[in-house]
Amino acid sequence: MHVEVRGLNKKFGEFQAVKDVEFSIEKGQLIGLLGPSGGGKTSILRMLAGLETPDTGDIVFHGKRVNDLPPQERGIGFVFQNYALFKHMTVSENIAFGLEVKKWPKARIKERIAELVELTGLSGFEKRYPHQLSGGQRQRVAFARALAPEPQLLLLDEPFAAIDAKIRHELRSWLREMIDRLGITSIFVTHDQDEAIEVADQIMIINKGRLEQKGTPWEIYKDPQTPFVASFIGESTLIEDIGKLRGFADAAAMPGTKGLIRPEYVEVGKENEFTLLSATETGRVSHIHFRGSEWLVEIQIGDIKLVTYRSLEKPVLQLGDEVHVLVHRAYLFNDNDSWVTENKLKVDPLPVHI
Amino acid sequence: MTNMLQSRWWSWGFRSTVMLYFVILIVLPILGIYGQSLSDGWPKFVSNLTEPLAWKAVMLTVKLALIATVINVLIGTMAGWVLIRYRFPGRQLLNSLVDLPFALPTAVVGLMIMLLLGPRSEVGQWADSLGFAILFHEPAIVIAMIFVTFPFVIRAVQPLLEEMDASEEEAAYTMGASKAKTFFRVILPAMMPGILSGAMLAFSRALAEFGAVVLVAGNIPGRTLVASVYIFGQIESDNPAGAAAVSVLLLTLSFVILWLVSYVQARRTGR
Repeated sequence: MHVEVRGLNKKFGEFQAVKDVEFSIEKGQLIGLLGPSGGGKTSILRMLAGLETPDTGDIVFHGKRVNDLPPQERGIGFVFQNYALFKHMTVSENIAFGLEVKKWPKARIKERIAELVELTGLSGFEKRYPHQLSGGQRQRVAFARALAPEPQLLLLDEPFAAIDAKIRHELRSWLREMIDRLGITSIFVTHDQDEAIEVADQIMIINKGRLEQKGTPWEIYKDPQTPFVASFIGESTLIEDIGKLRGFADAAAMPGTKGLIRPEYVEVGKENEFTLLSATETGRVSHIHFRGSEWLVEIQIGDIKLVTYRSLEKPVLQLGDEVHVLVHRAYLFNDNDSWVTENKLKVDPLPVHI
Repeated sequence: MTNMLQSRWWSWGFRSTVMLYFVILIVLPILGIYGQSLSDGWPKFVSNLTEPLAWKAVMLTVKLALIATVINVLIGTMAGWVLIRYRFPGRQLLNSLVDLPFALPTAVVGLMIMLLLGPRSEVGQWADSLGFAILFHEPAIVIAMIFVTFPFVIRAVQPLLEEMDASEEEAAYTMGASKAKTFFRVILPAMMPGILSGAMLAFSRALAEFGAVVLVAGNIPGRTLVASVYIFGQIESDNPAGAAAVSVLLLTLSFVILWLVSYVQARRTGR
């Protein structure tokens, strides 16, 4: 289903939960609503479902405005954060609920249950009650139940939040696969960026009720449009006076410009590890920590502190070592503008042509 | 301190105290009643029970208690729903007033009904003009029973409603279920264990009610004489075996109901 949202606003008392949100979603896409808790993601999802009424704005499904339709008539499936399974019904009764409500013939209901049980890998659990299932199984029942009446749009509210880390990983790829197979337009809410990056076709970053940026995970990582997105996606260190770093002197020309630097933008090593020493800063290792698959290194350069990772294959650094640091790029922003800039000195100042 | 409590002797001592207490206060008196009722042998026990007045008293009690229970199930479920789901001024006060029937002396309840519904009162005169009497007839007994057992259903339903998540209802809506359908297929089944166990407790309490009923029933043997008052009458007329026979019947009924309640609750929590 093609989904379009225009000028969406919602206030709870004095609290502006959603502010001027606009987006449109193509049929068959899997969209992740990502942002900090309390940022308005769930409110947007609930408004799409009809469980909450927007103060202003239009919600359009398939070119038809659905603002005034109750949740019963929107043709959506909703998976709740706590699954909201009916405790007094078995797995198959839970799945059948929406079909019985829609007065499907008995034989077709039976068929559909069998189909969904198969699809969600719940064979053999049809007669169990929700409290006899594990968290992952409950999640899949909730998923099957939402899908049973063949909705046009699937909405998932923090679908993996209540599941422990290891199974969460499995379920994510399972969900991704399932949605690809069904080709159903889906929107899920999450506060976990790994989840959004791994699962979604497109991510919408929501903060303080606003849509900060919409794009593929790679676009959002590579080209963040706002300082919030830059600091929220990935890890980053805020550098107040970025102009002091070698290669970023241009920034100093604009007062009030700050920089965000991600660990993967920074290379650290001994003098002999670099070919372009002129682009590097010298600093001291102020902290070093083993992370399981790499070293986490903190370097002090004057009063600037940078964080980076270092491969286990390279020579081991020691606390207090003098090291060279190459900052490949930084995300710069001031009150008016924000942009990504490369280290100006990385281009060999004296190219030698042979 | 915890060390001391964990020691074997203390644990043994505590358990024995509780057991002893239980035996002296509950098991012995009950066995006594069973013994007393059979003290003149089986034939006498059966004839005590089949004594028409005794039998009528028991049947009347069961019938009126059933009516009171049904009314309490309907009103109690509604009241529990309103107290949990709606927010209105005075809700807290109302909620604490629910327990009043437990706290009031039952004789006071009887007196209240007598004054409010007697032939001289407005309600009594109104009922009279419609051609029936409340006080000293079955309606008064039912009202007394309803009042005394009012809190049971409410207090059993409330925790279930409270722990129920709004998202279960919302899930039903998103699957196309109307409000009415959601109530009957999702909410009511979730409340059912509470309604059932509340109803059974209310029923067994209504069977046993004496204080409120004795004042308002009129106690006409065979017509408005309930079982508990019958027992009292048998003791007064120096026929303890007759009293014990009816007591045994009531006791057994209560036991069966208690067992049913715990069965329903076990199904709800365990299963």
